[in-house]
Amino acid sequence: MMQYFNDLVLIFDSTVRLAVPLILACLAGLYSERSGIVDIGLEGKLLGAAFAAAAMAAVSGSPWLGLLAGIGVALCMSAIHGIASINLKGDQTISGVALNFLAAGLTTFLGQSWFHRGGFTPQLSADQRFNPITLPFAEQLKDVPIIGEIYWELISGHNILTYVAFIAVPVTAFVLFKTRFGLRLRAVGENPKALDTAGMSVSWLRYQALIITAVLVGIGGTYLSIAQSAGFNNNMSAGRGYIALAALIFAKWKPWPALLVCLLFGFLDAMQFRLQGIKFPVIGEVPVQAIQALPYVLTIILLAGFIGRAVAPKASGIPYTKER
Amino acid sequence: MATQTSSKQRLETAAASAPAIELRGINKHFGAVHANRDIDLIVRRGTVHGIVGENGAGKSTLMSILYGFYTADSGQILVNGQPHAITDSRHALALGIGMVHQHFMLVENFSVLENVVLGAEDSPLLGKTLAHARAQLKRLATDYGLEVDPDAIIEDLSVGQQQRVEILKALYRGAEILILDEPTGVLTPAEADHLFRILRTLRDEGKTILLITHKLREIMAITDEVSVMRQGAMVKTLVTAQTSPPELAEAMVGRRVLLRVEKGPAAPGKVMLEVQNLVVTDDFGIPRVKDISFSVRAGEIVGIAGVSGNGQSELLEAISGMRDQLLGTVMLNGEPLSLRGDDGAARARLAGLAHVPEDRQRMGLVTVFQEWENSILGYHHEYGSGLGLDIAKAKAEAKERIAKFDIRPANSDLKTANFSGGNQQKIVLAREMEGNPDVLIVGQPTRGVDIGAIEFIHNQIIKMRDAGKAILLVSVELDEIRSLSDRILVLFDGHIVGEADPATADEGELGLLMAGVTKDGHAPDAGPGTVPAHETLIEKNLTEMSPQDNKDKSGLDE
Repeated sequence: MMQYFNDLVLIFDSTVRLAVPLILACLAGLYSERSGIVDIGLEGKLLGAAFAAAAMAAVSGSPWLGLLAGIGVALCMSAIHGIASINLKGDQTISGVALNFLAAGLTTFLGQSWFHRGGFTPQLSADQRFNPITLPFAEQLKDVPIIGEIYWELISGHNILTYVAFIAVPVTAFVLFKTRFGLRLRAVGENPKALDTAGMSVSWLRYQALIITAVLVGIGGTYLSIAQSAGFNNNMSAGRGYIALAALIFAKWKPWPALLVCLLFGFLDAMQFRLQGIKFPVIGEVPVQAIQALPYVLTIILLAGFIGRAVAPKASGIPYTKER
Repeated sequence: MATQTSSKQRLETAAASAPAIELRGINKHFGAVHANRDIDLIVRRGTVHGIVGENGAGKSTLMSILYGFYTADSGQILVNGQPHAITDSRHALALGIGMVHQHFMLVENFSVLENVVLGAEDSPLLGKTLAHARAQLKRLATDYGLEVDPDAIIEDLSVGQQQRVEILKALYRGAEILILDEPTGVLTPAEADHLFRILRTLRDEGKTILLITHKLREIMAITDEVSVMRQGAMVKTLVTAQTSPPELAEAMVGRRVLLRVEKGPAAPGKVMLEVQNLVVTDDFGIPRVKDISFSVRAGEIVGIAGVSGNGQSELLEAISGMRDQLLGTVMLNGEPLSLRGDDGAARARLAGLAHVPEDRQRMGLVTVFQEWENSILGYHHEYGSGLGLDIAKAKAEAKERIAKFDIRPANSDLKTANFSGGNQQKIVLAREMEGNPDVLIVGQPTRGVDIGAIEFIHNQIIKMRDAGKAILLVSVELDEIRSLSDRILVLFDGHIVGEADPATADEGELGLLMAGVTKDGHAPDAGPGTVPAHETLIEKNLTEMSPQDNKDKSGLDE
């Protein structure tokens, strides 16, 4: 019994770790899509930020400078996306996809030419990374059955970015539904004309949303390379930006459901690690590749059949043109 | 009514103070188009000032300049006697100018309260703002009769209620001058009456109202003064009490327009279209057409009157094959017509039943296509065979139709979206009429169409009748039904509640039928009472009707 409990806590623990970049990217996407900008470039921003963070941490030795670099790169990519889709009124999907290609190519190219390790950045030492934090009393409570164990294993012992991700959820819910900015953000994604006729700048609001998007996805990318891993490797975002977008649809563009959906995807990911090499009754051992594909297959199934009608913000993806 | 004397008094009092708005020599060009030329206008404080003109006369452009949406190329705007350069909407709002747009500027999934405060929030946190707005709305509701549930979601509200939210938005921002752009285009008659009551109250409280419309009846009913625009210029400003609809109509179009359609007596032949026991449900499975039977003969126009939302759309869609009927038969020329399935509409067309849909942009045209492409839609199989398309032939015929139906601009390569509403309607009419059908079904033929085009369209429909075609006309414009039809059927709640002869039926009688009050005592004591008693009865029925419809829908959505 206790064995199962311990296993479960461990699976949930890795669920949390694996869900963090998804949560950050998903919330990032939430801000941008709520403002009416489709951001398929989340994937590229995650990757770009991961590379910048790892490179900066390796060169400067400071994870905090790495974080700044990660956010900085995400901001630059958001600025390109913003200019293309807000000012030039281009197709947002195309601009996003272009950013994804740019990030995939540029990170490999720069990684190779700067560090000569086949696109990898140098292995980071512990003080160049974000390390686990032990929360107060975790040590003392460790041996209390169940509650102490959950606190020690599951709640304590994560790095600062994990806590940022989880705090970002209630903050986003508050901003979105209880503040003036949130009201305008939701409105600009539904009917930008309503804001324009009320005398407000649609472009500026959308840029503000893109800035928040960049900060969140920048933190997400940083988490990938210098908190979860000890360096950057090729294409390490591995489709998480896309999964975050899928999670966003599944969550119907709401922050709390977004958290749950990201945890679900994280859980699937954690299970796939646990299931590898296990012999199932009747089928026997399932090939690793099939298990690894599980989260992706489930994404498709969930998106195709289980979410019901997900109505995107009405103006999402449509550039706003003032008639004058 | 005492409006005339009080209107005179109002104008006299207003003349003593500075006008609420004065425009001097406003000019605005869009490329080569001179949309506003040397406009002078004086709008007196505390009056209702109407602005009439055909579509494209420059009314909306002028109001957009006043509201800061466009900036004028030259000219001066004075608000309360002070010159201002209004550069954006925020500036206009600050000067106390509010606008209710033709297409509402509301966020549909927001509550009424959220829409009202949007852009006028007084603190970064919403809680306080919303509490303040709630109190304000309560006050406005009692002051002006603008009752709307502050927590209702916009998309659950009827159009009339949404419009009230727009007015509330303007008043919440402290508007003293209210611009309404074609406010009744989307309203039922009862909702329009309610709106006018609100506008009168607002005026009596000292607000100034600018009403843009092309409906002369509204101008006569509510305005104190009226300005007429034509082709970008201000033709004249008249005191409403001293003018008449024919005078206004002439000023609008620059020539005398027939307000009544001239048509000879009908010569009905054999039954061409016969509908038997038709039952049609809407997208939610709710019956909208409930066991309807009627027939249309060759050489006659049968008009279906009714307040919008009583099953007209479903009836049109079912007969034209766009929507599957639940029960019943549609007979064309004595043969039962099979309309079920996705190709029902195509089969109906082949059998000789043409359809001018009520929403030309959504159902009648592909607006991003060129004119000639739209001109063959649904008949494209007649142009070329197999995979080929005889473009030269299509274009040549499109050109003929452009000439015949006076479609402007006369350019078959132009994107359809660039034609005005009236000309788009002519494109659809030309296509359906030139296919030489036996039966023509027409829905809302002149919705959003200007007076000149209305006259043309009406004449074309009469011509079709005189050529021996059977025509079924569905319209929410009672005037149109009365002047075109040879027989009127009144639709209420999916039933045909009465038939009337347009030559003898009076408006009151039809109004009662449209409200579902039938002679055999559908509602109690509908006998020969006084006229005001009728009016209240109609209003009561109508106001009860529309929210009900919405409730049904939202209930199913859950």
